[in-house]
Amino acid sequence: MSDTQKPKSTEVVTKALVRALDMPMGAGVLGLITLDNGRDHTRPSTFGPEGLASLNQAITDAAALPGVTAIAVTGKPFIFAVGADLSTFENALDIEMIKSFAKLGHDVMRRLGELSVPTFAFVNGAALGGGMEVALHCTYRTVSTGAQGLGLPEVMLGIVPGWGGAYLLPRLIGPAKALDVIITNPLSQNRLLSPRDMIKLGIADAAFEPADFLEQSISWAAQVVRGSIVPERIDIDEKNWDAIVDGYRAALEDKIHDATPAPYRALELVKAARTNSRDQGFDAEDIVLSNLVMGDEQRASLYSFNLVQKRAKKPFGAPDKSLARSVNKVGIVGAGLMASQLALLFAQRLQVPVVMSDLDQARVDKGLGFVRAEVAALQAKGRLNGDKANRLLGLISGTTNMADFADTQFVLEAVFEDPQVKAKVFADLETVVSAECILATNTSSLSVSAMASSLAHPERVVGFHFFNPVAKMPLLEIARAEKTDDESLATAFAVGKNLKKTCVLVADAPAFIVNRLLIRQLSEITKCLDEGARPEVIENALNPMGVPMPPFELMELVGVGVSHHVLESMHQAFPDRFHSSPNIKQFADSGVTTFTMQDAAGKKTLDPAVFANLVQGDTVFSEEQVRTRVLEGLAEEARIMLDEGVVAEPQDIDLCMIMGTGMPFWLGGLTPYLDRTGTSERVTGNRFLDVGVASVPR
Amino acid sequence: MARTGTPKTLSNVVFVDGARTPFAKAGSLYSETRADDLVVKVMRELLRRNPQVPAERIDDVAIAAATQTGDQGMNIGRSASLLAGIPNSVPGYSIDRWCAGAMTAVTTLSGAIMSGAYELAIAGGVEHMTHHPMGEGVDPNPRYLAERIVSQDALLMGNTAENLHDRYPHITKERADAFAVGSQEKTAKAYANGLLQPDLVPVAVRSAENGWGLVTVDEVPRAGTSMEGLASLRTPFRPHGRVTAGNSSALTDGATAAILASESLADELGLSKKMRMVGFAFAGVEPEFMGVGPVPSTEKALAKAGLSISDIDLFEVNEAFAVQVLAFLDHFGIADDDPRVNPMGGAIAVGHPLASSGIRLMNNLARDFEMNPKAQFGITTMCIGLGMGGTVIWENTSSDSDSGATA
Repeated sequence: MSDTQKPKSTEVVTKALVRALDMPMGAGVLGLITLDNGRDHTRPSTFGPEGLASLNQAITDAAALPGVTAIAVTGKPFIFAVGADLSTFENALDIEMIKSFAKLGHDVMRRLGELSVPTFAFVNGAALGGGMEVALHCTYRTVSTGAQGLGLPEVMLGIVPGWGGAYLLPRLIGPAKALDVIITNPLSQNRLLSPRDMIKLGIADAAFEPADFLEQSISWAAQVVRGSIVPERIDIDEKNWDAIVDGYRAALEDKIHDATPAPYRALELVKAARTNSRDQGFDAEDIVLSNLVMGDEQRASLYSFNLVQKRAKKPFGAPDKSLARSVNKVGIVGAGLMASQLALLFAQRLQVPVVMSDLDQARVDKGLGFVRAEVAALQAKGRLNGDKANRLLGLISGTTNMADFADTQFVLEAVFEDPQVKAKVFADLETVVSAECILATNTSSLSVSAMASSLAHPERVVGFHFFNPVAKMPLLEIARAEKTDDESLATAFAVGKNLKKTCVLVADAPAFIVNRLLIRQLSEITKCLDEGARPEVIENALNPMGVPMPPFELMELVGVGVSHHVLESMHQAFPDRFHSSPNIKQFADSGVTTFTMQDAAGKKTLDPAVFANLVQGDTVFSEEQVRTRVLEGLAEEARIMLDEGVVAEPQDIDLCMIMGTGMPFWLGGLTPYLDRTGTSERVTGNRFLDVGVASVPR
Repeated sequence: MARTGTPKTLSNVVFVDGARTPFAKAGSLYSETRADDLVVKVMRELLRRNPQVPAERIDDVAIAAATQTGDQGMNIGRSASLLAGIPNSVPGYSIDRWCAGAMTAVTTLSGAIMSGAYELAIAGGVEHMTHHPMGEGVDPNPRYLAERIVSQDALLMGNTAENLHDRYPHITKERADAFAVGSQEKTAKAYANGLLQPDLVPVAVRSAENGWGLVTVDEVPRAGTSMEGLASLRTPFRPHGRVTAGNSSALTDGATAAILASESLADELGLSKKMRMVGFAFAGVEPEFMGVGPVPSTEKALAKAGLSISDIDLFEVNEAFAVQVLAFLDHFGIADDDPRVNPMGGAIAVGHPLASSGIRLMNNLARDFEMNPKAQFGITTMCIGLGMGGTVIWENTSSDSDSGATA
C-alpha cells in the first residue's frame, strides 16, 4: 500500500518469524509462524502495514518449506496478537488509505484459509480484533486455558471486525452466537471471551493448559494432519439465519436507537455472510470499515477508548505522586448504608484497618451488620474464600468514640448532607487525629472549603466524591478546596488509585462535574415538562444519542426526592440556569417513587397515572426540540465549568461522563457530541475540542 | 494398652517410568527456556503417559539441581510440583548431591518406599548449565586449601580427570578417545534404531530472534566422530594433557524425571514396572580423584545386595570423563568395548546436565533390560564431584527369570 499519507512510520512492527518443525507421529513438517513485536507482554503485538507485510512473507516462506504438511501461527508469551495498530486509524485522513489498509489485511490473512495445507492458530494468549481474525482465517484453532483477552471488540471502537471476522465467524458458529461475540459483548462494557467460551461457542477446537500448550497443540495438529482427530464443526441453521439477524436488529434498535452505525453495519455483514462469497464478504468489510473510520462516531469512540485507557490512568493536574503520604488506617464517619459500603471498599482494596463511627451503638451495629451481610454474600458467590472473608471482617470495626480515629491517616465523612453537621464532624475529628490526617468529605454538592474554613489545618481537607453504588461505579471526583495542599491532594489521589477508581481532579464547586451536568439536564427536562412537553416526548428525546437510560428512568434511579432536592439547591446557587420545577416538587411532595411500568417482557413504559396531575404550559415540543434544549443547556454548563476552572479540560468532562454515567463511547462522553451536532458553536461560539481530536480531521 | 500404629513391612520399589527432555548444548536451544519449565514439562508428560497414576496419591516429589538458585531455586521440588499442576496436597523437596542429584532423589524416595512410609513418588533432576554455569556462586571455605583438606585440583572436574590419568598411566589418551568414539557410535546406532527417542519429551522453546521452535532430539551427539578428529582437540586442563572436550561430557542443559512406586501399589493400580530396585550405595573417595568414586560405591552396593560383579548383566556408567569409566572397567576386569556397558552410548555423546543424569542412566537401563530379556541384574553408577560415587542395582522385570519379587 502507499504510505504517502504518513510521513514517518511509528509502527511497532510485529514480525512474523518462521521455523520448520518436525511434527510427532511422522506427520511431516510444520511451518510455525511466531508473531512477536520484540517487546514484552505490556506492549502486545499489533498489525500495521509493515507487520502485515511480514506476515505475508512468513506465509509464503512457510508454504515453501520442503515437506510442509501444515502451517501454524502462535504468539510471543501471553500474547497471540491484539489486532490493528490503532494509531493507523487515528492518523487516517483519507478513506482510500484506510480502505487499502483494510484490503492489505484481508489479502494477507485470507491466505491462511486458502493454502493447500491445513492451517492452525495456536492461541497462546490475548487475541483481540485482527489477532482473533488471524485465528479465524486458520483451518483449526487451539486455545490456552490461561489465555486472557479474547474477543472481537471492534464495535466498541466504532468499527467492525473488518479483516474477515464479520464474514468468517458467523459461518463458523452461526449468526446468533456470532452476533453475541461481534455486537453484544463489545456493547456490554466490552465483555471478553474466556478460553472456555471459545470452546463452548465452537470458535476453538481444543484447549490445552499453558504449561505445555505449544507442545500439546503441535501434537494435536499432528493428529489432525494424520487424520486420527477430526475436529467437529457446528451444523449451522441456514434456514433461520435471516430471521435470527432480523430479530437481533429489533433488540438492538430498542437499545441504541441508531445512535451509532458500527453495530448496524456489523449486523448487515453478518446477515450477508450466509450467501456472500469470500471475495464479496471481504470486499464488503473493506468498504464498511473504511466508511466507518471516516465517521465522527468512530473517531469519538477511539477518543473515548484513549480517555479510558490512558487519561484515566494518569489523572490530569494531580500533584506528583511522590508527595503522597502513606495510609495504613482509615476512618469512616457514619455507619449508614453508604458509609458501610465505603468501609468495605476501603478494607477490600487498601487492606488496612477501617473504623466506622456513628452516634450510637445501635447504628454502628447496623452498619457492621451490613458489612457482615455483604461479605457473606460475596462468599456465597464464590468471590471471597473463608480466609479472605475473615481478613476483611477483621479489618473493619465500629465505634461510637471518635478517639478511636486517633491513629488513622485518612478519614472520610459520609454523614447527612448538611454543612453544619459536616463541619462539626471535621472539628471534632481535628481534636483527635494528627495534623496531617486527611479529612475527606463525600459530599456531592456542599462547599468543601466552607467545611474546612474553621479548622486549624484546613490544608488537609479534600472532596472525595463517589458514585452509587460505590463498589461498582468506577469514577471518583477529587476536589481541591481553597486551602488544600499538594501533599494532601496527592495522598487523596494515591488512595483513590489504590481503591481502583478513575480519579478526576475538580475544583470545589457545587455538584462538581457529573452531578452538575446531570442536574442541568434535569433542569432542562423539567422546564420542558413545565412548559408543556409531553412526558413520552421527553422520555424518548435522548434516544438518538443512545444514552444508557432515558430521563424519567434516570430520575427514578437517582430518587425523585433527591432529584428535587438537588435541583432546588442548584437553583438557589444559580437561579438563572437551574430551574425550580413545580411539577417535580409535586412529585416529590406526593411521594412518587417511580414513573414507569414494566410489561411482562420487562419493557418499561411511562405510567400515565403518575402524570395525571401535571400542571403544564401549552407549548408543544417535539423530541428534537427537547433534545436541543438539553444539549444547549449542557453545552452552556460545560463551557461555564471550563471557564470557571471547575475542570481543567473538556477531556476530563468526557472521562467523567463515560465513567460516571456510562455515556457511550460514540458520544465521546459529551463534548465531542456537542461539537459534532453544532451545539457548542451555536451556544458558546466555540467548539470544545479542535477538529480531529474526537472527530474526522479535515 | 500401648498403641503401636500400623506395623512396618518392607516394600519393593519399582521404576514405573522415566522420561527426559532432549539434551541441548549449554548456550544453545534452551537459552531462553527456564530450568523449572524443563523439568515441569517432563513431569507432566510422564503423568500423561501414565494415566493410571493418581496424582493426588503421590507421597512426595524430589527434584535435584546442583545449583539451587534462580530458576532452579525456590525449593525446585515443591515449585516444579505446583507448576506441573500436581495437587497442592502433594509435598515436594529439593535434592543436591551435585552430579548424582537425580540418582539421590531416586534412592532417597526409594528408601521411604521400602520402609513403607511412601507408596508413590516422583523423582527428577534438572541442570540448566547455561543459566547456571558450573561453579556459579560457589564460596569454598578457605580452610579447604589452608589445611589441605582437598587439593586445589578437587574443585575443577577436568583436573580430577587428568589426575586419574596420572594414577592409572595405562589409561592412555588413545584409550580414552577410542572409548569416546565408541560412545558416539553406540548413540548414533541407538538413535537409528529408535531406542532413545521414546524417552524424550518434546520441548517448545522460544527464541525472541527466531520464534518458537520444538526440540525433539538430543543436540549434543556428534555422529561420525573419529580418532583423528579427537586427536587434534586441545587439552584445556593441562598443557599436553589427556582430557579433551571430545573424551568428556559436554556442558549441557536438560531435565529428567521418573515415577517410583511400591511394587504392591504398582500391581494394585496396574502401573508399568520397568525395573525393580535391588539396592544402592554411595561412597566417598579423595576429592581430587572423584572419578574413581563408582568403584567403592559399586563394591559396597554389591556387597549389601549379596551379589558379585559377575552377576551384573548390564552397566549404565555415567560418562563424565572417559578416563573415569575406564578406571571403573579396569578395576572390575571389564573390557573397554564390553557390549554390556552403555549399550546405547553415554554422556560423552548425549551430554551430562549434572543433577539430571542419574535418571537418564535409569531410563537407558530400563531400555537395555527390555532389549535383553536374558539379563537379570544391571547397575546405574556415576562419579560425583568432591570425591564420591553412587551405584544403584536394578533387577529386570522383563527378565526370563523374573519371579515377581526377590526381596
